[in-house]
Amino acid sequence: MKILVAMKQVPARDSLLRAAPSGLWLDEADLGFEVNEPDAYALEAGLQLRERYGGEVVVATLGPDRAEPALRECLAKGADRAIHIAADSPESFDPLATARLLAAACAPEQPDLILTGLQSDDLGSGQTGVLLAELLGLPHATLVMAIDAENGTLRVKRELEGGWFQHLSMPAPAVLTIQSGISRLRYATLMGIKKARSKEIRRIDAASLGVTPAPGLRLLRLYPPQRAKQTQFLSGSPAQQAAALVDKLKFEARVL
Amino acid sequence: MSGILLITEQNAGSWHRMSFEALGAALQLGTALNLPVHACILGSNVGPLAAEISAYPLAAVIALESGALAEYTADGATSALAWLVDQLQPDYVIAPHTYRARDFAPRLAARFGRSLLADVTGMRLDGPSPVFQRQLFQGKLTADYAFDSPAPNFVSVQAGSFRAVEPAAAGAPVESKTPPAAEIRQKPEPAFQEQGRAVDLTAAERIVAVGRGIREEGNLVLAQELAQALGAELGASRPICDNGWLPMERQVGSSGQTVAPKLYVAVGISGAIQHVVGMKGAACIVAINKDPAAPIFEIADYGIVADLFDAVPALTAALQSS
Ligand SMILES: Cc1cc2nc3c(=O)[nH]c(=O)nc-3n(C[C@H](O)[C@H](O)[C@H](O)COP(=O)(O)OP(=O)(O)OC[C@H]3O[C@@H](n4cnc5c(N)ncnc54)[C@H](O)[C@@H]3O)c2cc1C
Repeated sequence: MKILVAMKQVPARDSLLRAAPSGLWLDEADLGFEVNEPDAYALEAGLQLRERYGGEVVVATLGPDRAEPALRECLAKGADRAIHIAADSPESFDPLATARLLAAACAPEQPDLILTGLQSDDLGSGQTGVLLAELLGLPHATLVMAIDAENGTLRVKRELEGGWFQHLSMPAPAVLTIQSGISRLRYATLMGIKKARSKEIRRIDAASLGVTPAPGLRLLRLYPPQRAKQTQFLSGSPAQQAAALVDKLKFEARVL
Repeated sequence: MSGILLITEQNAGSWHRMSFEALGAALQLGTALNLPVHACILGSNVGPLAAEISAYPLAAVIALESGALAEYTADGATSALAWLVDQLQPDYVIAPHTYRARDFAPRLAARFGRSLLADVTGMRLDGPSPVFQRQLFQGKLTADYAFDSPAPNFVSVQAGSFRAVEPAAAGAPVESKTPPAAEIRQKPEPAFQEQGRAVDLTAAERIVAVGRGIREEGNLVLAQELAQALGAELGASRPICDNGWLPMERQVGSSGQTVAPKLYVAVGISGAIQHVVGMKGAACIVAINKDPAAPIFEIADYGIVADLFDAVPALTAALQSS
């Protein structure tokens, strides 16, 4: 089975996020980056399917030069090779434009299965996988928590709201967007890191893919959120904060 | 038609409550732009629901019915709705940002060469054109967006962002339409819940919920001790359950439990929307987080900005000695 995993590099979870002076993106100075967590789960699902059914795992990303270490990390975890669709400011593409570029670069691979995380934790549109399916004419399922692939049929477990699940079957090839928790994530081994150095990362210039930009969504401005509630912040040493809180909970909120 | 098409959500004859929040958003946009709002309901035998929603100030209610739509599938919903959008030619299509909308709405928008503007939290007019807000970076920043694309444009709205509206007994006309048959590749099976639930968080009066800030499974004991001192149940954010440190029945949020205790103490939880929808009904919310900009503080009554490894033991001790 040939499995393609579409992955994105995003700002590291605990980084301090500041809007750039343009208001159109982040100030990237001092910003760390990492593999988008839901995509890490998609890669894990892909690697486990390869272990069960054999085949190949190809990772693809649309990103600037700084995204290459994220691809290398996926190779170190066990992906066979990678495709880097290079673009300087991928955040300027809207979801459909992003998916068009990925689809153009990935279609020639003719994968049996395409996996993506269910959303990226930066822009959070949650659309790339579903759009890839539409552009490539494939069926899809979202929020996937388990995958079986027997005789060209996929049977997946989907998460519904409020603790409910559902099984769903569809023919391969298909696109599945993976929910976190599908299985435990593996770490790259030293051996894996060493091997990754010699694995192929094929670079494709996004501009060479012949995808013409169409007017779509425009990000006007980024800014800190407004607070809905006035939080009372408690100050002092940990002991003072704790004592003040207990007092408030007893006599103000009356919940103790 | 020039107007707004609202896509509601129902399951086996029961509304998804977010349908009415999306209705609120659609009416707000309709009033701002002076556009009529049409509501559609997908399924089979949706007559009673159509009659119910016709009491809202809508231009029309469309029951989009066929046997193939009795059970939701991505292919079925996408092709039926694409057919309807094609017929009506609305300016805007609005849906609640449910798990189901995540599944079909991007595909529907793409069929018209559009990107869905997903998970919108607010809107205002900038001259004649609407500007929409949505959260980026899991709620750490907000962004304004506009459409450069011509109609139809597609929007989904976030849970809890728009107020559900009251019916006005206007009596909108109800029309039933049958979409053409379409190829449906997904074969769904009945929904189920995992077996055996030992705790019922929804009945708890107090909850201490622990998030990724706790770092290691071994540190959970800190939260357990605090819960004990408070007489609280232990809850968690998703990553804790994903890691298998606590069972999924303790997960609070859109995929887990929705709770409304008297007291909710969020320890090392950032406050992503999928967590917040499950606990924002708590009467009193306390957040302990080292990041003063964590979104959880937008809804907390009391906040302690500190390292939880200092703050939590101090709080446990203060409770024990009080
Ligand atoms: C479809 C879908 C469904 C989902 N369903 C759910 C759900 O049901 N429930 C749920 O919870 N999530 C759900 N999620 C995931 C959700 O989006 C967030 O990723 C998740 O809630 C984050 O958990 P967290 O706050 O514990 O972790 P993080 O976002 O990583 O936050 C950790 C926090 O801990 C703080 N911290 C770190 N170290 C310390 C320290 N030493 N002292 C004090 N504070 C510290 C950090 O400042 C940070 O704010 C869902 C996501 C999707 C897309």
